[in-house]
Amino acid sequence: MTVTLFIPCFVDALFPRAGISMVQILERLGHTVVCPEEIACCGQPPFNSGYWDEARAIAAPVLEKLADAEAVVIGSGSCGAMVKNFYPELFKNTPRAELARAISARTWEFSDFLVSKLGVTDLGAKFPHKITYHDGCHGLRELGIQKQPRALLAQVRDLQLVEMAEVSCCGFGGTFAAKFPMISTAMGEVKCASAAETGAEYIVSGDSSCLMHIQGLLSRQGSPVKTIHLAEVLNQQ
Amino acid sequence: MSSFVSQFKTRATEKTRDLRHRQVIRTALRGYEVVRDKNKAAFQSWESARQAAAETKWQAINHLDTHLESLVAKLESRGTKVHWAGTGEQACEIIAQILRDKKARAIIKSKSMTSEEIHLNHALEKEGSTVVESDLGEFIMQLRHEPPYHIVFPSMHLTRGEIKDLFQRELGDAPSDNPDDLTMVARRVMRQKYIQADVGFTGANFAIAETGMLSITENEGNSRLTAALPKTMVTLIGIEKVLPRFADLALFLPMLATAGAGQPMTCYNTMYSGPRQPGECDGPEEWHVVLLDNRRTELLADAEQRDALHCIRCGACLNVCPIFRNIGGHTYGTTYSGPVGSVITPHLRGLQDWKHLSNASSLCGACTEACPVKIDLHHHLLQNRRNAAAGQPAFFERLAYKIFGLVANEPKLWWLAKKLGWLTQPLQHAVKGSVLDPAKSWTKTRDLPPQPRESFKDWWRNRK
Repeated sequence: MTVTLFIPCFVDALFPRAGISMVQILERLGHTVVCPEEIACCGQPPFNSGYWDEARAIAAPVLEKLADAEAVVIGSGSCGAMVKNFYPELFKNTPRAELARAISARTWEFSDFLVSKLGVTDLGAKFPHKITYHDGCHGLRELGIQKQPRALLAQVRDLQLVEMAEVSCCGFGGTFAAKFPMISTAMGEVKCASAAETGAEYIVSGDSSCLMHIQGLLSRQGSPVKTIHLAEVLNQQ
Repeated sequence: MSSFVSQFKTRATEKTRDLRHRQVIRTALRGYEVVRDKNKAAFQSWESARQAAAETKWQAINHLDTHLESLVAKLESRGTKVHWAGTGEQACEIIAQILRDKKARAIIKSKSMTSEEIHLNHALEKEGSTVVESDLGEFIMQLRHEPPYHIVFPSMHLTRGEIKDLFQRELGDAPSDNPDDLTMVARRVMRQKYIQADVGFTGANFAIAETGMLSITENEGNSRLTAALPKTMVTLIGIEKVLPRFADLALFLPMLATAGAGQPMTCYNTMYSGPRQPGECDGPEEWHVVLLDNRRTELLADAEQRDALHCIRCGACLNVCPIFRNIGGHTYGTTYSGPVGSVITPHLRGLQDWKHLSNASSLCGACTEACPVKIDLHHHLLQNRRNAAAGQPAFFERLAYKIFGLVANEPKLWWLAKKLGWLTQPLQHAVKGSVLDPAKSWTKTRDLPPQPRESFKDWWRNRK
């Protein structure tokens, strides 16, 4: 299968290793990976802030670039939800409405693609660490991603998964983190405390944006706990 | 910046710094989650129950006109006086006029968020009446001269020690901080007030169109006494509280109890169908029901967000909301706090003044998942943001998104932006968190991730 990999803007700029891991995993599984260089962002920042015209200006070229894709895979629940759930809403009653719906139907979040579309859970990975898993809210509640990453992690050699007592938002929320930093930080503190209670060495997630927020707090607190994207864990041989 | 948003930010800053307060709320609401889940499990299928409830409310709200006509006809047929109030001021005036007609001065009141919405106590006190809240939590908040902290648990943020001190100060009686002792103090004060009251005022949870009954749910029995002892009873209810059929209560009563307080059923559920009928030995001689619009019909006209009128005021969305848990109920500055408050307040009190509540959310969706009547809460926050930006765009924010769009759509500019970001990292690091730092709202409390020299796209290009 030819997989069109959509690398979100912050993964491209800040967390390239997550994207590289996705490419290597998909290629090892025998698929052809293409990665349209013209696509930088899904348009979620202006969309979530209410600036839908500005969001459409970013999203419309994305739709055009993805028009012929067999399968679109996005390594982020948040950007995945944007393309899969919110593009049809954003382009409703516009000439691109049908294209948005068609692409939505062919779009997958990375872990969902592996487990639900390809039927793969064992990638031969080994990660000898105690970890906890953070469900990014968009992946969890917009796309229903919860079992998929756990099915993948269950097959990783020497990995011990300890769940957090509280399923809660990390407090990132895009521009929310900058517009209401006091609330965002408080939410992040709750998240970091829940993760610390598990005794995990790593917080793993399918969303680099959540991890950026959590790592930002951990590093400021001087915590030894580290964050890592799911794809990087699955790519450890 | 409107004064509402600056007040909100000031209070949010104070409350998020108050770690004790955050811990009190978190502990209380985690306890709620445990009992809620236990009672959810008693439903054959909680998800099917939610779906059934949502469909029932959909029917109720989408045929509100006919349901209201039926409700009023049934109520009037048994001698209840029904009043229609377009605005909060009109509702206050209607109730004040009833008190004037009755020459009533003393009012005993059971819990009603709708009365908080229209600031009824204030209006009646201006008329020279005394109003006593009989719900224990509301009674405590009245003694503190503060609005309820939470729509279901009005004084949940207070410890028993704080309540003991309050009772000692205001009532001169607090033998200990034991909840039983404190309840007995409140009970002794309230019993006198029931007997002295000329009018009993209540809210209501559901209005049954089929039978013309109002259903009141409570745990303390205070609402029953409020309805039973004074000669005149006045009930205020928002028009959206209608349910089509009596049988709908079989679902909605346990659902409200479970979602609202983690109870299988609330202790007392009473259906009121009219004043004392000939031959009956108790009940009020007169019953006035005030039906309040107060911009609910405007929300009804909004097809996209009409389902916000499904709300049964259970508070489940507040309880699970990570924002509510960290900033608390008073920070919102609204009658209805938490996610549902952030959704409906812009409709009730003006979008531009209250749009910040829709922005103060990570859109995590925990509220939507918890809502027993399936209101699409977090998507409505998004729609409020869209409507607010369309009506009154922020110049610099829109400009920033336009520039971002140009950069994101042009691979060379995007490459350049990344390079500039990488090159200026040491500079940013030097001014980190200070006023000179353009990212200070982030870096004041959080570190930025180090940006690697090689981006994903650099790697991809080199590899090819």
